[in-house]
Amino acid sequence: MSARRIFARPARLAAIAPYLWMVLFFLVPFGFVLKISLSQTAIAQPPYTPVFDFTAGRAALAAAFAQLSFDNFRLLLQDNLYILSYLRSLVVAVTSTLILLLIGYPIAYGMARLPQRWQGVAMMLVIVPFWTSFLIRIYAWINILQHDGLLNQILLALHIVSAPVVWLSTDSAMYLGIVYSYLPFMILPLYATLSKMDASLLEAAGDLGASPLQAFWLVTFPLSLPGVGAGALLCFIPIVGEFVIPDLLAGSNSLMIGQTLWLEFFTNKDWPVASAAAVALLLLLVPPLVLYDRLQRRQLEAGR
Amino acid sequence: MKARTVTRLTRFNMTSLVLGLAFLYLPIVILVIYSFNASRLVTVWGGWSLRWYLEFFSDRAMLEAAWMSLSVAAVSATLATLLGTLAAVGLARGERFRGRALFSGMLYSPLVMPEVISGLSLLLLFVALNAERGFWTVTIAHTTLTMCFVTVVVQSRLATLDRSLEEAAMDLGCDPVRAFLLVTLPLIVPAIVAGWMLAFTLSLDDVVIASFTTGPGSATLPIRIYSEVRLGVKPEINAICTLVIALIAVIIVIASFASKLSSARGESAAPL
Repeated sequence: MSARRIFARPARLAAIAPYLWMVLFFLVPFGFVLKISLSQTAIAQPPYTPVFDFTAGRAALAAAFAQLSFDNFRLLLQDNLYILSYLRSLVVAVTSTLILLLIGYPIAYGMARLPQRWQGVAMMLVIVPFWTSFLIRIYAWINILQHDGLLNQILLALHIVSAPVVWLSTDSAMYLGIVYSYLPFMILPLYATLSKMDASLLEAAGDLGASPLQAFWLVTFPLSLPGVGAGALLCFIPIVGEFVIPDLLAGSNSLMIGQTLWLEFFTNKDWPVASAAAVALLLLLVPPLVLYDRLQRRQLEAGR
Repeated sequence: MKARTVTRLTRFNMTSLVLGLAFLYLPIVILVIYSFNASRLVTVWGGWSLRWYLEFFSDRAMLEAAWMSLSVAAVSATLATLLGTLAAVGLARGERFRGRALFSGMLYSPLVMPEVISGLSLLLLFVALNAERGFWTVTIAHTTLTMCFVTVVVQSRLATLDRSLEEAAMDLGCDPVRAFLLVTLPLIVPAIVAGWMLAFTLSLDDVVIASFTTGPGSATLPIRIYSEVRLGVKPEINAICTLVIALIAVIIVIASFASKLSSARGESAAPL
C-alpha cells in the first residue's frame, strides 16, 4: 500500500505538463469563444470589437461589462436559419444514432458469438476503417453515388431503374455517409459489453424454456444496455456538430449547425455570430457530454 | 464453451457480420481500383494505368500539402505521445489529487467534441495571442486533440498492468522514477507505439480543425483534397487517397504488431 502512495507522488508530478497544456489549449479557448460571442461584429482584422481590455484597469472593465452584447444570441433566436439548423442537427443526430444502433447491434452480436480466436480478427477489421481517413471514406462514396457512378451503372444494367437516380446532395446520401463513418464507434462499445456477457446466463434461460428470441430480449439486451448507451453517446455527440459529411453529401437547402457555424465564420466572416453558435451548440451538448464523461471514467477506472 | 441452441453462432449472426464488413470495406476497395483507371472519366473503365499517380507526383501544390501534412502529423504525434503518456501515468498511478475530475474531463471530452468547436476555439486563442498561423498552430491544435487518444490507449494498458511488479522493484530499493523507467515503461512501450500511430493517422485525416487553425499559403493535404472534392470527383484524388490508404495500412500493421506484443493474454482493454 505504501509503495503505491510513494509511487503516486511522481505520477502526479508527471501530470503537470499535460494538465497545463489542456488548460491552455482546451479550457482557455472556450473562454475566448464565450468572450467573442458577446462582442460586436466589426469589419476589421480580426473582425470583432473586443469586449474586455484587461490592460485598461478595473473601471474600464466595469464599463465593458455594462455593454456586453447579447445581440448575437438574440440573432440566433430570432433568425429562422439558426433555429432550423439546430433542429435539423438534432433530428439528423437522433435518426442516425437509431439507424446505427439497428445496424451496429447485429454486427457486434455476431462478433461476440464468433469463436474466441476469430473475435480478435473481427475486431481488427472493424477498427481498421476507423484509422483510415474520414474524408477519404466519404470521398469513396461520392465516387459510387455520383450521377454516372457505380451504383447507377449497376442499377441501369440490372434494369431496376430506367434513368440515373440522383443520389448525391440528398439526405439519404448524408445518412449513408454518417452511418458508414460512425459504424465502428457504435460497434466497438456494443461488442465490448456483449463479449463479456456470461454465456451460462443464456443457457440457463434456454434450460428454463426460453426461445432464443426470448432469451435475447429478456437476458442479452437488458444486460447490453451500458454498451448501447456508450455507443449512442459516442455517435450522437459528434454527429450533432458534424460538418464534412453533410457538406459533401447533403443538399445545400437545409444546413446542420456545424455548417452554419462554418458559413458564418469562413464565408460571412462574422466571428461573433459563429462563436455564439458554438456556445449554443456546446450548451446543447453539455448533458450528453457529462453522461459520456461519467461512463468513460467508470469504464477506464474499473481496473483500479 | 459448448455450443447450445441459444449461444450458437446462427446464420443470422454470420449474415450480419459479412454484410457489415462488406459495407465497411467495399467503397474503399472500389476507390483503390478506380485509382488505377486509365480513363479521364472517373466512372468509365479505360484499363489499368498509373497515370494519375504520375499526375500527383508532378503536382507541386499537392506535394507541398502532402509534405506539410506529414510533418504536422509526425511532430504533433510525437508531442501528443509524450504528453498523453504523462497524463495517463498521472491518471492511472496518481491516486486521488485535486483537480483530477477536471483533468480527466478535459482529456475525455475532446474525443467526442465536434471539430468545428475545437477548431474555432483554438483559432480564437491563436488570434488573441497574435500567433502567426501555419505549421505550428496546426501542430499545436492536433497535439491537443490526439494526446487525448494517446491517454486513453496508454491508460487502459496501465490499468491492466500488474502493479505488484512496480511495488516489488521499489521493495528492492528502486525509487519510484527508476521503478517506472525500468519496470513499467518497457511493459507499456507497445501501447505508447500504438498511441503514436493513432495520433499520426488522426492528424493526417483532419480537415476541419486544420482549416480553422492554418494560415494562408499553408494548406494540409486533407484541406486540398477537400477543396478538390467539393468541385467534383477527379481521378488524381483517387490516386492520392489510395496512397494515403497504403500509408495508413502500413501503420496499422506496425501498430497491431505492437499491440500484439503488448497484450500477453491476447486481449486489449483499449477501446481503439
